Amino acid sequence: MAFLDKHKAIETHATLLMVLSLLVVSIGGLVQIVPLFYLENTIEKVEGVRPYTPLELTGRDIYIREGCYNCHSQMIRPMRDEVERYGHYSLAAESMYDHPFQWGSKRTGPDLARVGGRYSDEWHQDHFMNAKSVVPESLMPPYGFLFNREIDGKYIEDVVRTHAMVGVPYTSEMIENARADFMAQVDPDGDSSGLQSRYGAAAVPNGADVNVRNFDGQPQLTEADALIAYMQVLGTMVDFSTFTPDASR
Amino acid sequence: MCAKKVTQKPGDVPTTGHVWDGIEELDNPMPRWWVWVFYATIVWGIGYSIAYPAWPLISGATPGLLGASTRADVVAEIKRFDDANASIKQALVDADITTVSANPDLMSFAQNAGAAVFRTNCTTCHGSGANGIEGKGYPSLLDDDWLWGGDIENIHATITHGIRNTTHPDARWSQMPAFGADQILERPQIAEVVEYVLQMSGQDHDATLAAAGEAVYLDNCAACHMEDGSGDITQGAPNLADAIWLYGGSRDAVTYSVVNARFGVMPGWNDKLTEDEIRAVALYVHSRGGGQ
Ligand code: HEC
Ligand code: HEC
Ligand code: HEC
Repeated sequence: MAFLDKHKAIETHATLLMVLSLLVVSIGGLVQIVPLFYLENTIEKVEGVRPYTPLELTGRDIYIREGCYNCHSQMIRPMRDEVERYGHYSLAAESMYDHPFQWGSKRTGPDLARVGGRYSDEWHQDHFMNAKSVVPESLMPPYGFLFNREIDGKYIEDVVRTHAMVGVPYTSEMIENARADFMAQVDPDGDSSGLQSRYGAAAVPNGADVNVRNFDGQPQLTEADALIAYMQVLGTMVDFSTFTPDASR
Repeated sequence: MCAKKVTQKPGDVPTTGHVWDGIEELDNPMPRWWVWVFYATIVWGIGYSIAYPAWPLISGATPGLLGASTRADVVAEIKRFDDANASIKQALVDADITTVSANPDLMSFAQNAGAAVFRTNCTTCHGSGANGIEGKGYPSLLDDDWLWGGDIENIHATITHGIRNTTHPDARWSQMPAFGADQILERPQIAEVVEYVLQMSGQDHDATLAAAGEAVYLDNCAACHMEDGSGDITQGAPNLADAIWLYGGSRDAVTYSVVNARFGVMPGWNDKLTEDEIRAVALYVHSRGGGQ
C-alpha cells in the first residue's frame, strides 16, 4: 500500500516523527481532558448542599484514614432494591465537595450515603465502641480508641484552605473562622451563631441548620465527635422537595 | 521449543522490506477472523454511541436514540410495584388504624410489609427479633411494658415522630433530672433512693436505707415514676417496680441512672418512610405480643 510506504519517510525523519507523535498523543489527551471542562454540566443543580463544616471535614478525614470505605460505599445506585432500602439514589451534587469522593465499591457493611439522622448519637457511640454490643451479628471492627484521641483543630484552617484550593467554595471568612467553627459545633451551650451564619440555614438556600451537639457524649473533644458529626450529616443536605430529576442521566 | 516445523521458505511470504544484518521482517497477514472481529467492534462502537447516551456536548451528553435512562428505569420499576399494591396501601392509609386488626386482608398485608420495614430500619436498635438490647436503653417491643403507651395509636405516634430527637418538632419528649451530676440530691440520699428502687422491683436491698429512701422517692421521683413506681406513659417514665429495665436493674446501673439520668433517643420516621409503611410497621409491632 502506497500510504504505508510513507511510513519510512516518517521513521527516518526524527523531527517529523516527533511532531506527528505529539499530534497523536494530544488527541488521546484531549479526549480525556476536554470532558472535564464540562464537569459542571454533569452535576445537576440541587438545593441545600453546602461544603462540610470544619468538624465534619475532620470526621471525613478519619473515615478515610480508618479505611471505612473498604467496607462501606456511599453511593445509592438507581435500582429499586437500593432505593427502597437506603432512600433516594445518590446525586452527583451530593459528592461535589468530596475530595476525593467516597463512593467506594465494596459493601461488607451497608451503604452509608444516607445514614445521617437514621441513628441517635448514642447508638453511634455504642456502635463505634463495639458494634456487637448493639448489633450482635455485626463483624464491623471496634473503634473505641477514637474516644480517647483528643483533637484540637490545630491545623483545621490549613485543611479547609486546601479544600478551597481544589475548588470547594469555602470563603475567606470560613477559612479564618475554621478553628472557631470547629469548636463551636460540639458546644451546644456555647454561641454557634457564627457557625450557623456560615454553614446553616441562613447561608444555604433551602439548607438546614448545622447539627450542634456533643456528639461523643464525653466532655472532651475527640475524633469520635468528628466522625459522628460526619455520619450524621451524610445524605441529609439535599432538599428533595425542590428536586426534579433530569431523566436523561 | 517450537514443536511445529517451520515450513516457510524465504520468498514464500512478502516481506516488509525491513532488513537488518540479513534478517528480514516477514509480512504475514492477520488471521481473517481476527480482522473481521476487529471491524465488527468498530461498527458496534459507533452504533452503541448513537443508540445510548455517549458524547459530551456543551450543555449535556447526547441522549442516544433509544432514550435509555437508568433513572427513568428505576422510577418505572418502583411505580410498577407501587401500582400493584396501590389500592391496598391506600386502604391502609385511609383505614381507622384502631380497627385494621379486624380486617384480615389488610392485616396480613400490614404484617408482611411491616416485617420488611422493621428488618430494614429497626433491627439495628431493637434487635433482629424486636427483643431490644438489654442495658443499652433499646426497649424490647415484644413485652407488655410500654414507655410511651402500647395501644396502636401511641405506637404509631412514637414511630412517626420518634423520641427526644432534635429533628422532629413533635417528637416525644421528657427529661429526667440528673440528680447527682446536677447536685439535686446528696450522695447519701441517692444511695437511699436506689435501695428503695431495688426494694420496689423486688431485688436484694438494704432495708434500712430503703426505708429512708421512700421519702426521697416520694418527693423527687413519684411525679414521674408514680408513687407505686408503675411509671407514666405520658412522660415516657419507665416502670421501676418490675423486672424489665432499659438500662439495667443492678445497683450500679440504677445508681448511674439516678446520678446522670438517661436520655434515650429514637429518630422519627415520617421523613424516611411513607405513611403506609409507618402504619404497617406500627401494626406489626403492635401484634408482636405486647400490644394493648
Ligand atoms: C470489616 C468491614 C467494616 C469496616 C472496616 C467498617 N465497617 Fe461499618 N459496618 C460493617 C458491617 C458488616 C455493618 C453492618 C452491621 C452493623 O450494623 O454493625 C456496618 C455498619 C455500619 C454502620 C451502620 C449502618 C446502617 O445503616 O445500619 C455505620 C454507621 C458504620 N458501619 C460506620 C463505619 C465507619 C465510620 C467505619 C470506619 C471507622 C466503619 N464502619 C468500618 C462493616 C465494616
Ligand atoms: C437509633 C436507634 C433506634 C432505631 C433505628 C429505632 N428505634 Fe425505636 N426506640 C429507640 C429507643 C432508644 C427507644 C426508647 C426511647 C426511650 O427511652 O424512651 C425506642 C422506642 C421505641 C418504641 C416505644 C416503646 C415503648 O415502650 O413505648 C417503639 C414503638 C419503637 N421504638 C419502634 C421502632 C420502630 C418501628 C423502628 C423502625 C422504624 C424503630 N423503633 C427504630 C431507638 C431506636
Ligand atoms: C421528670 C420526670 C422524672 C423524674 C422526676 C424522675 N425520673 Fe427517672 N426517668 C424518667 C424518664 C423519662 C426515664 C427514661 C429515660 C429514657 O428512656 O432514656 C427515667 C428513667 C429512670 C431509670 C432507668 C430505668 C430503666 O429501665 O433502666 C431509673 C432507675 C430512674 N429513672 C429512677 C429515678 C429516680 C430514683 C428518681 C428520683 C430520684 C427519678 N427517676 C426521677 C423521668 C423521671
